[in-house]
Amino acid sequence: MVRHFHIDNPTMKNDSSTAGVHIPSARAIESVGAGGFRSDLLRSTSKSSAIKAEVRGLDFHYGGFRALKDVSMQVQANEVTALIGPSGCGKSTFLRCFNRMHDLYPGSRYDGEIRLYPDDVNLLAPDIDPVETRIRIGMVFQKPNPFPKSIFENVAYGLRITGEKRRQVIHEKVEKALRDAALWDEVKDRLHQPATSLSGGQQQRLCIARTLATEPEIVLFDEPTSALDPIATASIEELIIELKERVTILIVTHNMQQAGRVSRYTAFMYLGELVEFGETSRIFTRPAKRETENYITGRFG
Amino acid sequence: MEPGTHDLRVLIGRQRLCDVLFEGLGAFMLLMSLFILAALFINLAIEGLARLQPDFFLDFPSRRAGQAGILSAWVGSVLVMLVTAAAALPVGVAAGIWLEEYAPKNWLTDVVEINVTNLAGVPSIIYGLLALGLLVHQFRLGESILTAGLTLGMMILPVVIVSTREAIRAVPQTIREAAYGLGASRWRVTRDHVLPYSVAGILTGVIIGLSRAIGETAPIITIGALTFIAFLPPAPVSAVPPFINFEWLSSPFTVLPIQMFNWISRPDPAFQSNAAAAGLVLVILTLFMNAMAIWLRYRARKRIKW
Repeated sequence: MVRHFHIDNPTMKNDSSTAGVHIPSARAIESVGAGGFRSDLLRSTSKSSAIKAEVRGLDFHYGGFRALKDVSMQVQANEVTALIGPSGCGKSTFLRCFNRMHDLYPGSRYDGEIRLYPDDVNLLAPDIDPVETRIRIGMVFQKPNPFPKSIFENVAYGLRITGEKRRQVIHEKVEKALRDAALWDEVKDRLHQPATSLSGGQQQRLCIARTLATEPEIVLFDEPTSALDPIATASIEELIIELKERVTILIVTHNMQQAGRVSRYTAFMYLGELVEFGETSRIFTRPAKRETENYITGRFG
Repeated sequence: MEPGTHDLRVLIGRQRLCDVLFEGLGAFMLLMSLFILAALFINLAIEGLARLQPDFFLDFPSRRAGQAGILSAWVGSVLVMLVTAAAALPVGVAAGIWLEEYAPKNWLTDVVEINVTNLAGVPSIIYGLLALGLLVHQFRLGESILTAGLTLGMMILPVVIVSTREAIRAVPQTIREAAYGLGASRWRVTRDHVLPYSVAGILTGVIIGLSRAIGETAPIITIGALTFIAFLPPAPVSAVPPFINFEWLSSPFTVLPIQMFNWISRPDPAFQSNAAAAGLVLVILTLFMNAMAIWLRYRARKRIKW
């Protein structure tokens, strides 16, 4: 099973060994158990792989409505990929396919594949437990949604559901996640106060820390700054740029400037279709499609 | 002044008059209903307050009005309420959670939902008849505290289910998605989030159900509660092992409203003031329970912010 990645991607190193690095490990994992959850083995190799996920011919239906039409694209590892498009274009719907959020609601159906690398599993396969997917792929929502518990418990929750019982480990990981989310200094003296006592921007960084605590491979951001003021927005954007060193990031935004600031790749979606995908700088300066240009220049949206 | 402006002012003036009239009428109606409640309460107090001595709570009923008390009645009421709560709470909460979090949305669950709502409107004596046939005769549970508690438990079940569902529905979907997004299973989401955040609302419903149950007479009479009990059920806890026993469950009993009913039907007027005093205790108990429900809800609102 040799897999060839043909992607139009100037950043990809020009030696074929990049793609070759993870294939043996993927095979090794499959011998352990196909699609088995062994991210601990995989994490060491994930850094060098260029593609974190690949969407192939994804169709999504809910209640008889075809919300996504034959979407195909690649998500680069350790980069920020932005999904832009006018309201109702399906960008959030697309994002929520990655962590199978739609499974929570009846009447939804996925066709096609989202393959996660390096272990090469189809996230949409019926035999993949969405619970496992959601542990591996974190999500930050539009409105900050901390649990009405303490700051500490919010961050520790992901660890608790993955079965971590050692207090010392939980403490260390909570601190690390809060540091990674650039929140530690602001909350270290009030870890046991309710999370809802934080400001909006702090709450959103807490939600990011909560997601990071379990060390996901991809973090999905669904318009994470739409409920925040410009200063809080700036700090979240800064954080996203820093975080890509460690995780792969997909971000939905209807703020084009934000896509320009934080992302390396941009996908423009319209009416459930992926109209154009490429490097952000290229999409914004030389869009290939008419719709993309019209949207970017503000003629509609 | 233009004629058009004049007409407009007349119209506005008329509407303002309607406003004032309606406001007055509404306030009057409210005062009326409060007045009736107050009158009832004061009437009970005037007749019964003198009897509300410590002895009244520590004496068994007696043929002599002056020596009669409500010991067996209030102990019976408390024990029956215990069984009622123990029966209705787990069943009602589980049913509410299932309907809200687990049930598929199809015609079958629609039918279940409509029936649960309808059950709340079934006259209480029907529950009494059901219990008489099913619990007393079929299951041979006897005219016991257990039977009474289960009967009232069935009766308040719809209240508990409906309030559980309402409390659960108040938990924002974004909180559920946050938990699911971290990889929580449905059970973990329910156990760690939905249930803890809605517990105050659920308890409020249970208390309101219990405060309705504590005043119920008809179903209790139907299953054959005695009206004259001069002994207490066996104590549930004791100093010797096994410390806890459940013999009290099968004991005959009476409850406050039945004791009241019994005294009211006596010709001797002295018993009337006993009845008034017992009624006073019942009303205060109900008010106290409702106050507790309000307090719980208030505290939860202050404690949990989304």
